[in-house]
Amino acid sequence: MDSIPILKIGNALLVTIQVDMHDQLANRLQEDLTTRIVQHRARGVLIDISALEIVDSFIGRMLANIASVSRLLDADTVVVGMRPEVAITLVELGLGLPGVKTALNAERGLAMIGGVDGRDSTDDADDD
Amino acid sequence: MAKSTTQTALARLIADGEAAILADWVRTMSSDTRISAQEAQGQGKEFLHALGKALATGNGSDIRAPEFNAVRDILAGFSRSRALQGFSPSETAIFVFSLKQALFERVRATTGDIQQMADSVWTLSLLLDQLGLYTVETFQKTREELIERQREEIEELSTPVVKLWEGIVALPLIGTLDSARTQVVMQNLLESIVQTGAEIAIIDITGVPTVDTLTAQHLLKTVSAARLMGADCLISGIRPQIAQTIVQLGVELNVTSKATLADALALALKRTGRSVEKSKNNGKPHEPAAEPRD
Amino acid sequence: MPTTTETLPIKMGDDIVRVRQRVRVRATEVGLSLVDQTKLITAASELARNALDYGKGGQAVIETVSEQRRGVRVTFCDNGPGIANVELALSDGYSTGTGLGHGLGGARRLVDEFHIDSKIGQGTTVTIARWKR
Repeated sequence: MDSIPILKIGNALLVTIQVDMHDQLANRLQEDLTTRIVQHRARGVLIDISALEIVDSFIGRMLANIASVSRLLDADTVVVGMRPEVAITLVELGLGLPGVKTALNAERGLAMIGGVDGRDSTDDADDD
Repeated sequence: MAKSTTQTALARLIADGEAAILADWVRTMSSDTRISAQEAQGQGKEFLHALGKALATGNGSDIRAPEFNAVRDILAGFSRSRALQGFSPSETAIFVFSLKQALFERVRATTGDIQQMADSVWTLSLLLDQLGLYTVETFQKTREELIERQREEIEELSTPVVKLWEGIVALPLIGTLDSARTQVVMQNLLESIVQTGAEIAIIDITGVPTVDTLTAQHLLKTVSAARLMGADCLISGIRPQIAQTIVQLGVELNVTSKATLADALALALKRTGRSVEKSKNNGKPHEPAAEPRD
Repeated sequence: MPTTTETLPIKMGDDIVRVRQRVRVRATEVGLSLVDQTKLITAASELARNALDYGKGGQAVIETVSEQRRGVRVTFCDNGPGIANVELALSDGYSTGTGLGHGLGGARRLVDEFHIDSKIGQGTTVTIARWKR
């Protein structure tokens, strides 16, 4: 069975999702990530979804699950590269991504990890 | 389906008298419209030819049938080009309707039997009426497509996204926002956020006189979508009336709102870790050493 | 442009991917905008998954329509237990994995047309459609 490669970048793990994921692959990914977070004592997980044209509730749940598990292992989860049409659709669908931080790209995402300025996708920071 | 003898007879009539019919037809067309004799000749011949072939199959009562594909294609092409050139629907339909005259004339001249003449005229009339209407329909559709295209272009032109600073963009909205326009505008904004890598997008609605529920909801959805992508939004320039409307409509504006674009920019700069200072010499450029007059 | 119809089985995970791909092809043919395509395909993905997870498998029929309006219509049928309370299922919004929501309400918001027929013991049929603006 194929699996999605997980890269280590500094104190974070980077996953790039490029294929249409089916159940087995998604489960495999979650397992692998959990193992690797502990193995490397990673502080963050970066999930690059810039290649995804469709994000449905299945993927949404997978992302939220990864975030929950990572949180328990003291790691942030940042989803990066969401396409505009995907964002619009998720909003219409009513599917928030609880516990998942988001950033425009991997660079920004890395900057958010382990820092205090990490912004949750549901936050509305009011700092004036 | 049994072949119609009236139709096959008509097909023969058209084939035999093509030259005469064409001449008659062209004469009627040219006198009524802006079509040049040469053009009329060329297009008319093509059309007559195709019509004759369709009738020859004997299955020519429904112009939507495959036998009439060639005929419809010719008419569609003709209509479309007329629509784009600015002709009126009538001028375009005349192409078909004026053929009636020429054909009836031919039928009268060559058919002895009264019953047969009546059948032929009836068949032709029904057929050409359908074709005439088809011409008008195609014309309409082309016009609508043209208007749609123009509308899209106007929309794109009137809602540019402006980069205010590194990582900060602004979308100054002007005029009333209908549902369709708002959606296009919002998509543009989100695309720009990706392209410029903006962290903060300021949606300025100073130039928007009224906002209805749908528009307010679209605004909110855009803000949510931007957040999902990793950028944040600020709204500026809400007029007092709009603020009241939004509250009355019960729409929850879950986003930071500033009175002016300037205020929003100040906040955006602060949020992205920047501050603005006055320079030591009060902003005046260094004065050059005085130069001698000559 | 001719009207087309194709039927795809929904028996396993890979079939959901196929449904998405075929809907994408048809939506592109018909000329739907990118956002509209994304919404339609996402809704189709949700419904296909429902047919698989709750409906014990079924099929999807993808039609392109090109008469008065141009658009794509997808009909999902499954042989599952059926939905007891369709109203409730529609108003359910989204759950994050506890399995209560069928996600039908969300899917409905993504399309122009939405019809659902479901009886206990007789399975469920859902039809969705998006038209070119």
